[in-house]
Amino acid sequence: MVQQDPAPRSDWIVEVAGVDKSFAGVHALRGVDFHLRPGEVHALIGENGAGKSTLIKVMTGVYRPDAGHVRFAGEDRAFRNPLEAQAAGISTIYQEVNLVPLMSVARNLCLGREPRRFGLVDVRAMNRLAAEALRRYGVDVDVTRPLGSLGLGAQQMVALARAVQIDARVVVMDEPTSSLEPREVETLFSVIRDLRRQGIAVVYVSHRLDELYAICDRVTVMRDGAVVHTGEMAGLERLKLISLMLGREMSTVRAKGATAFGAEQHERREGVPALRATGLTVRHRVHGVDVDIHRGEVVGLGGLLGAGRSETAKAITGALATDGGAVEVDGAVLARRSPAAAIKAGVVMLAEDRKTEGILPNLSVRENISLALLPRLARAGVVSQAKQDEVVRFFMERLRIKASGPDQKVSDLSGGNQQKVLLARWLCLDPKVLLLDEPTRGIDVGAKAEVQALIDELAEQGLGVLLISSDLEELIEGSDRIVVLKDGRAVGHLQGEDVTERAVLDTLASADDEADGEAGTEAQAEPEPAEPEAEPEARADNGPGQGRPSDPAVTKEEPR
Amino acid sequence: MSPSALRPATAPAGAAPDAAQPAALRERLASHIQRRGALAVLVLMVAIASATSDTFPTWSNISSILGNNAFVWLLALGMTFVILTGGIDLSVGSLYALGGVLGAYGAHAGGTWLAIVLPLAVGAVWGSVQGLLVSRAGMAPFIVTLAGLLGARGLLQALTDEGATTYLVPPGAAFRSLGEGTWTPVLIVAALFVLGALLLTRTRFGATVTALGGNESAATLMGLPVARTKVLVYVLSATLAAAAGALGSARLGSGVTTIGVGYELTAIASVVIGGTLLTGGSGSIGGTASGVLVLAVIHNLIDHYFSQYGSAFTDTVNGAFLAVVVLAQTLLSRTRQTD
Repeated sequence: MVQQDPAPRSDWIVEVAGVDKSFAGVHALRGVDFHLRPGEVHALIGENGAGKSTLIKVMTGVYRPDAGHVRFAGEDRAFRNPLEAQAAGISTIYQEVNLVPLMSVARNLCLGREPRRFGLVDVRAMNRLAAEALRRYGVDVDVTRPLGSLGLGAQQMVALARAVQIDARVVVMDEPTSSLEPREVETLFSVIRDLRRQGIAVVYVSHRLDELYAICDRVTVMRDGAVVHTGEMAGLERLKLISLMLGREMSTVRAKGATAFGAEQHERREGVPALRATGLTVRHRVHGVDVDIHRGEVVGLGGLLGAGRSETAKAITGALATDGGAVEVDGAVLARRSPAAAIKAGVVMLAEDRKTEGILPNLSVRENISLALLPRLARAGVVSQAKQDEVVRFFMERLRIKASGPDQKVSDLSGGNQQKVLLARWLCLDPKVLLLDEPTRGIDVGAKAEVQALIDELAEQGLGVLLISSDLEELIEGSDRIVVLKDGRAVGHLQGEDVTERAVLDTLASADDEADGEAGTEAQAEPEPAEPEAEPEARADNGPGQGRPSDPAVTKEEPR
Repeated sequence: MSPSALRPATAPAGAAPDAAQPAALRERLASHIQRRGALAVLVLMVAIASATSDTFPTWSNISSILGNNAFVWLLALGMTFVILTGGIDLSVGSLYALGGVLGAYGAHAGGTWLAIVLPLAVGAVWGSVQGLLVSRAGMAPFIVTLAGLLGARGLLQALTDEGATTYLVPPGAAFRSLGEGTWTPVLIVAALFVLGALLLTRTRFGATVTALGGNESAATLMGLPVARTKVLVYVLSATLAAAAGALGSARLGSGVTTIGVGYELTAIASVVIGGTLLTGGSGSIGGTASGVLVLAVIHNLIDHYFSQYGSAFTDTVNGAFLAVVVLAQTLLSRTRQTD
């Protein structure tokens, strides 16, 4: 299918040669070469900040390279904007669904290329086209509904349908599975296989290694703005791949296991717990949960999505109004319940959604770190700049925050570094108890390991840590004890030898029967209602079982 | 792959959990009220007014409501587009007055054609400058159009020697016929509203306007002409405002320099009452039409019942009503988000 081009200079559909790109003095790309064949699925991987997103944006016309060139179908092309790239046949699906939630599904699918009759948009034809297109991707919805009313997975499929619809020859997918359920991942994979058969090239960015092995033909690994490896996916050892990404020796990767947590139990300081929460109740969400955290231990909060883990943590800090329950810090009951009171008592929380509940994107790293500390640094309302600088520098070094300096805007940093900035914000308050809600979600392998090692270290120094993580491995290896939640109730306490995946899963499974009656109300209270269960035959249609990435049985295969 | 695999939770499908259904219903209801609420209020108000007042349902009263206000409603039409993109246009009140003076001047100096073309041209240029400042220079629409409000008023003062010179539309000029009676203004304005509705719902420009207000970065990444569309909405708004002013001068017979003060706020109020979100991304021309009519009926009723208290009372009731509508809208959009 490529051969229809008049005298192509090569058989590459996209050829990126010697591209440089820097922002405000930071080199995002250095002499990057990247080649894409028609009909291949090409994995593009690397830590956050390695330059993947920048490379994608150079290919798709969002950025223009400082040096080097981009060839498309054998011709030099410098796309000036995404529209030009789209017109040429490169379309992109971004990590966060980039559609307009208030507009209808059909509108979103057709924006910019609506079918027209007599110069006016033919709404009926548009709706029909949209419905047909979506049915091909296994989405059967009323296309006149606002997009925002669909589940995230279905929205992602709309984005995919949109991307493929425009006679694409190259489809770029930036972490397309981050908001998909396992069975939706299967649908996505079958769509990708379809694209491959049609000779369409796919660039596939993901942090999930299982997916790469399941679907990709070749792989390009990036590190620090440069390409460090390109080759066939098959035959490339997992361990080798990880060490390429991290730039570390294979032996260290192997020694460390899947997470960066130490193997030993932390030394738990006996006595009065640093934090004791009893009978926490939040209407519809949490029903009488007890948690106590001693100094020097990491307590995990286990459970499935919607089990009330975040709500429990928020109830502890007072960010969520409680209907009952008490919180003691070092034996003293917190009388007033608000985040400010909790912080004053030494209980701080790293929120799950760092974009909306954490960083102030337009402020500098310095301001983001020192924000919560300012009241303590101030003398008679005046903040000492020198003291502030000292604290900021200390934590930037201590947590190895990669930024051009304390004055860099936090929104320019990679996700992992933003997370470290938030950690620094709380750590500089010298807390007694740290509540971590998904501390490593959406950050790359390297930053993840650093954050995990840091949690370990903090616990060793005597901090009490509450760890919420959907990554079962992280939860098991990181926690000394685990409180398992289900439908807002604590259904199990695991300690010592019992802290295993098996035990967590067993606890969840055995609690199933009692909790079933509650399922209806729970689904309604959730911000993202759970997808309805597919009929049994839906699964059978999915073809031979690919490794389901979020399936613990699969992640266990990771080399240790 | 199976079609059921991706069905959203709120779809009223057999596989969906029952608990999801009332939520979907509530959301649909909320979105309906947000879109058609103004129409319901309008019908209600007209019904109450007709039942309680002898003078309201008379033709002379209705024709004075329609004929005297219709042209001003064009400000709300243009404003709908601007607000849908997430912007605001404060300059329309001043441009309305400027358009009136230019129209009268044109009729006086060059006849009907000049009276029509001159205000349109000045409005379009004024709007494109504002639009370019907003989209290319990245300035805040509030500031740009506030400058426009002051600038247009200043230009008006200069043109009329600070109000000393009044341009009259010559008696018997064809231009005057555009503003006479009830039907001509109403038909002109109705036609423009219909065109506006077509523009918004049935063209790519309209889709881009809505997309831009709903999620600007998504619109950019989808390859939509974001910058151009932003310029165009300000051009549209300013041109409509100047045209409305010119038509108003045709009705009044002269360019009045003191009118138009605060009209931009009334226009914004009508748009918001009509269910368009001030943050952009959702709204309709039909809603705005209901919005302007609701305000007009309220004005009329207040004039009728409370005229002895003076016109200050009108504004107070107006303000209170607007606050109630916006509060209701906020509550509704919160229902939609949390479901």
